[in-house]
Amino acid sequence: MTDLTLDGITLEVAGRRVVGPVSLAVPAGRVVTVMGPSGCGKSSLLAFVSGALDPAFRARGRVALNGRDLDGLPPERRRVGILFQDDLLFPHLSVGENLAFGLPASVKGREARRAAVERALGECGLAGFADRDPATLSGGQRARVALMRTLLSGPEALLLDEPFGKLDMDLRAQMRAFTFGHARQAGLPTLLVTHDAADAEAAGGPVLRLDGAAV
Amino acid sequence: MLFPIITAVLFLAPIAVGLLGTLLPSFGILPALGGVEPSIQPWRDLFATPGLWTALRLTVTTGLAATLLSFLLAVGFCAAWQGSRWFARLQRLLPPLLAVPHAAFAIGFAFLVAPSGWVVRLLSPWATGWTRPPDLPLIQDPWGIALTLALVVKEVPFLVLMIGAALAQTRADRLLAGARALGYGPVTGWVKVVLPLVYRQVRLPVLAVLAYSLSAVEPALVLGPSTPPPLTPLVLRWFADPDLSMRFRAAAGAVLQLGVVVGGIGVWWLAERIVAVKGRRWAVAGARGGRGAGARLAGGGAMALAVLVSVAAVAVLAVWAFARNWRFNEAFPGAWSLDTVGRTLPQLTEPAWTTLVIAVAAVLIGLVLVVGCLEHERRGGAALGRRALWLIYAPLLVPGVGFLFGIQVVLVASGLDGSWAALVWVHLLYVLPYLYLTLADPWRALDERYERTARSLGASASRAFWRVRAAMLLRPILTACAVGFAVSVGQYLPTLFASGGRMATLTTEAVALASGADRRVTAVYAFAQAALPLLAFAAALAVPAWAYRNRKGMR
Repeated sequence: MTDLTLDGITLEVAGRRVVGPVSLAVPAGRVVTVMGPSGCGKSSLLAFVSGALDPAFRARGRVALNGRDLDGLPPERRRVGILFQDDLLFPHLSVGENLAFGLPASVKGREARRAAVERALGECGLAGFADRDPATLSGGQRARVALMRTLLSGPEALLLDEPFGKLDMDLRAQMRAFTFGHARQAGLPTLLVTHDAADAEAAGGPVLRLDGAAV
Repeated sequence: MLFPIITAVLFLAPIAVGLLGTLLPSFGILPALGGVEPSIQPWRDLFATPGLWTALRLTVTTGLAATLLSFLLAVGFCAAWQGSRWFARLQRLLPPLLAVPHAAFAIGFAFLVAPSGWVVRLLSPWATGWTRPPDLPLIQDPWGIALTLALVVKEVPFLVLMIGAALAQTRADRLLAGARALGYGPVTGWVKVVLPLVYRQVRLPVLAVLAYSLSAVEPALVLGPSTPPPLTPLVLRWFADPDLSMRFRAAAGAVLQLGVVVGGIGVWWLAERIVAVKGRRWAVAGARGGRGAGARLAGGGAMALAVLVSVAAVAVLAVWAFARNWRFNEAFPGAWSLDTVGRTLPQLTEPAWTTLVIAVAAVLIGLVLVVGCLEHERRGGAALGRRALWLIYAPLLVPGVGFLFGIQVVLVASGLDGSWAALVWVHLLYVLPYLYLTLADPWRALDERYERTARSLGASASRAFWRVRAAMLLRPILTACAVGFAVSVGQYLPTLFASGGRMATLTTEAVALASGADRRVTAVYAFAQAALPLLAFAAALAVPAWAYRNRKGMR
């Protein structure tokens, strides 16, 4: 039951089909990779799943997460976390505040929230970094904070939009292991889009090719 | 969908109504004053006015000369100095200079260059031999030279800023590098390759400068000749005449002023075409140009002088405001005192509050409308295209005297004249364009994915807007507010017409005092008028700098 399913998704712009139909199921703790050249609509597919599709698109098909139909839900109600090539840490908030932004309001009390943030920082090897300016962190550190921020928000699925594209080669391998490890541990169905075959290999799951045509 | 419509209605309706309300009286129709029969008598009266042609000539020559000089100086400076450290520094210095209202600047300029002004005092008697103020028309000269120069000093910073913004968008650096690799000198290369692209983007601001220069009021009242003055002050005199029948002639004069601006824009447009044809031939004729040392020196020198005069014009206001006595010939006052300020403060408080309340209200309303329009656009609504930009610019291109009387007629008829609502609304006409122009680019430039990330982390749309978008754009939002605030504080004509002369702001008081009151009292009002926008700018810089003092990514 715990999985992310896409059922017959098509995306159209001005009556022209640009994606799909795509049907796939991602089981809990597994990674499904969608590959294709840039411009094939991979990112739009993720935008659709996360509920942030550009209004210029027309989408058909059904997305369900753990049996919930996501259709029509605003992005914040979907419980779908997304990570991009850029870490997108909020530059006006400290590292700790960035993490707290992800933490649901149900974690109440300053102490409890602070503790949750510290725990997450410890988990990614950045204990004591809560008051730091994100701009002073290295690229790898920022990427880890971004992942922890997403995990703290308690998602039920994870979307990865070329998340390792901007990292150095050796850092990339580390981040892949770190990201996939955490996703597996949290039992999250993960949908990865990339044009890097090494990403797909590291993910270890089934690979789907999008070439702008039907899959 | 609501915001663009509300904005357009708030914005265009008064201008359209105002134009009509000015046009009809110019043909004798103004029922409130008994004008019901169409007639061309107002126009006959207008053209029979002694000195009209002189006023018209003065308007056209000062307006065109000021625009052309400002444009050449701004282009010359940018061509010679783009990419240098000084260019970057100057761009940060210019916004506060722009914020100084026209009235305060004109008064300060007069206190600088008048026969008994600071410049003559500094040079006398050692350089000039004068022991008393010379009997020379250094200001209010019959040719409008002082007026023209003051307009140039005030407009050049605006044009340099606009060109600077356009440069950032056109990848000018690379184009210039390409031209230089082909052997072109830096200045020649800039004019041949960069200017044509930049000009397309600064065309509207240049036309706004032209329209302003052709219909300027406060500088003309303070620095222009008075017998006769340029057209707008002349028309204004008739509008203020106790003999109400003069309103008809005034309306005809206002329509003529509109015609002057339309004609001026036509002439400029024609000149653009000619220069474009000739310039194209010149651009491909192969001349490489030299190292441009002369242009650097001339452009840099003129720009430095313009900045110096701008700063000195505000400084001299402060000096006069705190002077006890300042005998001619002495470079500085003999004694300082707070007496004038203390004496003036009780009368100054009320207009200062009025100024402040109107400005804050206009900026807040304008901000809501502008942000509403930008958000509408961002969420897939129609973007304001090039054509809509002309609409936004409308109040900056249409001379105020041409439609404000019509608005006044409507306000009087509806009993709204002199109300806060009317004043704020009329100020909004001028505040809104500047808010939009300063905020639109940074608003669109913010990476959408920050908000998407916030939403996927569970933040609602409004939380993502406030905590992420608004917080990240704090600096440009506050800058836009400061610009809008400065624009509102500086409004003279709109305040005069919408209040029916019944509500005084620092601006109307300063202009009224400029014609002959105690210099020290005038200086206090003008300095207060200049200080308000400067304080707003300081706050717009200080608040984000302090709030994000530990955030490198926010600089």
